[in-house]
Amino acid sequence: MTDIAATAPAHGHDHAHDDHDTPGFFVRWFMSTNHKDIGTLYLIFAIIAGIVGGVLSGMMRLELAEPGIQYLTGWAQMFDPAAGDVQGKHFWNVMITAHGLIMVFFMVMPAMIGGFGNWFVPLMIGAPDMAFPRMNNISFWLTAVAFIMLVGSMFVPGGSGLGAGTGWTVYAPLSTSGSAGPAVDMAIFSLHLAGAASILGAINFITTIFNMRAPGMTLHKMPLFVWSVLVTAFLLLLALPVLAAAITMLLTDRNFGTTFYDATGGGDPVLYQHLFWFFGHPEVYIMILPGFGIVSQVISTFSRKPVFGYLGMAYAMVAIGVVGFIVWAHHMFTVGMSVNLKMYFTAATMVIAVPTGIKIFSWIATMWGGSLTFKTPMVWSLGFIFMFTVGGVTGVVLANGGVDTNLHDTYYVVAHFHYVLSLGAVFSLFAGFYYWFPKMSGRMYNEFLGQLHFWIFFIGVNILFFPQHFLGQQGMPRRYPDYPDAYAFWHLISSYGYVIMGVGVLIFFANILWSLVAGKKAADNPWGEGATTLEWTLSSPPPFHQFNELPRIA
Amino acid sequence: MKSLKTLVIAAALSLGAVGAAQAQAPVAAPVEAPVANPAPVAAPTVVTETPEAAAPAGDATYVPLKPEAGVGQPVDAGIDFQPQVSPIGEQAIWFNNVMLLPIITFISLLVLGLLLWVIVRYRAKANPVPSKTTHNTLIEIIWTGVPVLILAAIAVPSIKLLAAQYEPPSKEALTIKVTGYQWYWGYAYPDQGIGEYVSKMLPEDQAKANGEPYQLAVDNRMVVPVGRQVKLIVTGADVIHSFAVPAFWTKMDAVPGRANETTFTANKVGVYYGQCSELCGVDHGYMPIAVEVLPVDKWEAWVRSKGGNPSGEVAATAATPAAAPATEAAPEAAPAAAPAATI
Repeated sequence: MTDIAATAPAHGHDHAHDDHDTPGFFVRWFMSTNHKDIGTLYLIFAIIAGIVGGVLSGMMRLELAEPGIQYLTGWAQMFDPAAGDVQGKHFWNVMITAHGLIMVFFMVMPAMIGGFGNWFVPLMIGAPDMAFPRMNNISFWLTAVAFIMLVGSMFVPGGSGLGAGTGWTVYAPLSTSGSAGPAVDMAIFSLHLAGAASILGAINFITTIFNMRAPGMTLHKMPLFVWSVLVTAFLLLLALPVLAAAITMLLTDRNFGTTFYDATGGGDPVLYQHLFWFFGHPEVYIMILPGFGIVSQVISTFSRKPVFGYLGMAYAMVAIGVVGFIVWAHHMFTVGMSVNLKMYFTAATMVIAVPTGIKIFSWIATMWGGSLTFKTPMVWSLGFIFMFTVGGVTGVVLANGGVDTNLHDTYYVVAHFHYVLSLGAVFSLFAGFYYWFPKMSGRMYNEFLGQLHFWIFFIGVNILFFPQHFLGQQGMPRRYPDYPDAYAFWHLISSYGYVIMGVGVLIFFANILWSLVAGKKAADNPWGEGATTLEWTLSSPPPFHQFNELPRIA
Repeated sequence: MKSLKTLVIAAALSLGAVGAAQAQAPVAAPVEAPVANPAPVAAPTVVTETPEAAAPAGDATYVPLKPEAGVGQPVDAGIDFQPQVSPIGEQAIWFNNVMLLPIITFISLLVLGLLLWVIVRYRAKANPVPSKTTHNTLIEIIWTGVPVLILAAIAVPSIKLLAAQYEPPSKEALTIKVTGYQWYWGYAYPDQGIGEYVSKMLPEDQAKANGEPYQLAVDNRMVVPVGRQVKLIVTGADVIHSFAVPAFWTKMDAVPGRANETTFTANKVGVYYGQCSELCGVDHGYMPIAVEVLPVDKWEAWVRSKGGNPSGEVAATAATPAAAPATEAAPEAAPAAAPAATI
């Protein structure tokens, strides 16, 4: 804080600073210490990772479109000419693993926290940059290397074929004694790096938000997006070290003969699941909380009304974050827990519905009495609220340990978490992208393409994921490359849904490219009086360094 | 070794079926049973002497049941849960259909309705000047309190369901040891003296020939008597698997180094299918589960065809004066020897 205060009056140095405004290409993008450039890098990275993860899911939907194994062996042969049926089926497990890990660690998290968080947290709190700009840079490059390692793991031996076929959960003993070869080790190292990057990022955000708010910007005046990133950063800081420990023990079990997760040596495979989900459940809130923040900003902006129940909204996120740490074992209801434990985790899990309900109703109340315009970001946010509600209520069903007995590890669960993530988190990402695209690029996106993107994507993902509830209720287990004929109908519908969604994504890319090249120049505040946060007081795009003189918040 | 044993068992079973068709059961069964199982020849012979089994010799021969369409398996384009045939399943499905589904449908429609209302009523054209309302304590209390009440209402039957699922099994429960392997299941009936036999997926042509759904049909089913509680002791031999039968509302992970216990009672004769429900490697999708629920006499015939003693240890000891060889045979030899050999 004192440093910043000191630089503000020192105008004599500004010429030296001006040189930093025009660094060369390599220095600017590969050695960046600028939160906006790093945010841009994260967004580009997330889009690339999203394409890889999305192509993988497309391959899976293609394989699942009809019963039998049609493509897997051929795909496996592209990397290993000697591959046969076994390698083909192994490749299936590699795809589900890579799709999950990529979407979680390299698409949603980098986009939400690394991308929008980096870009807009400093802008929204009136800070010139993040607290630790160099650490910010290394966070990004660790993530990039982690991604390369994960993708690379798909091309080295992992037991029955190339790649790690353990599922994104990397359960022991399938991931230890069950998967020979370096692929799983590589995937574990990838998670270590991504986790370290996230921990560094979390420290950076917490420090920035606590220490670098502009004068007058009290915690209770911070925009909700900043609140959401703050809560998320704490979740990251507390959850990821547990993952790091869990997978380090996996690594030593695999390579150095320890038996943390091996019953024959006094260990316990279920211990791994407890550790993993102690991280894994907060992780799902890590993915959705910044989305909550984005949606709050967008709804308020396009209702031309302040957020309803601001404090309730902020502390609902805190509550979700806290309760998120004590519900993890609902991911492992069938592992053979005692009945008392199951009753506790059932009750605790249902509690989360309360703060989530507060958020849903407060968003609606924000719009109530407002003056609504339906620009693309708003449409995505409205879609988010409804889709997240649908995903949320199936979560209440699954929270019941007794009901989960049947639904556990079926497509019902797949449908549930894709509704909250693929239709929740991703909708909020699109909302944020369209909302801030003019600010980030200085150009307006194409409104028609944006609306078209929404409607096609919305229809596509619903056709893709809603039938998966049916499959799950009928008993279709997860992570199957093939299925009995009775499941064929809904699997085919689901695959059609993927195609429709894919068309929507193509429109999104067309929109980005068109807008970057030929989009109208964006005004400083293209959204009018509803957009009250500090980023709209700056030019579009903002200057390379902003707030050299700190704004004062009344 | 394993596959050899499977073959032998499969051969024995199919022979049994043929035998039944030719009404030569009493001859066929004792002959092939010893081949399949280390249990001695004596056991079946002894059992025929006990009064209840002696009576319907032809009738009580094990013939594998044909599955019934729409029962115990998914149906084409089906959207609902499979019909439940166990008390727990009925309780759970009631809970879902009467409470959960209506509540979640109502909440989803409520949110959708409110969204549509604000979209129409408060669009900029209809409401050009936004209000400045940012608080309303009463409504915030309501939308915090009402969900709490709804969740409390859900929690009561939910906890009851859990309690019912975890009720200790009765003493009469039939114990079956289930072991998950990469990639098949092993079943053993320790009290009946049936050593572990393996259950593997049938290839497509055989499944179709049997009139069974491919990827669900298996060579050797788990066979249980109708209406009697079954206690499963579930474990994994290599990695974690999960034993699941949707029609019984049963799912229990098979974790190496753990013996997980779960129970079910199937109240309807039939064949019920399930699939491994924990990622276990390459053939995770190809280790189905088939449970055949039979009338008691048929189940007993099946036990005998496996070389076991249907009445279990207790009955066997009681019958000691009548049949001395049975006591040596049933409780001792079979359960100990067979699983050890397989592992």
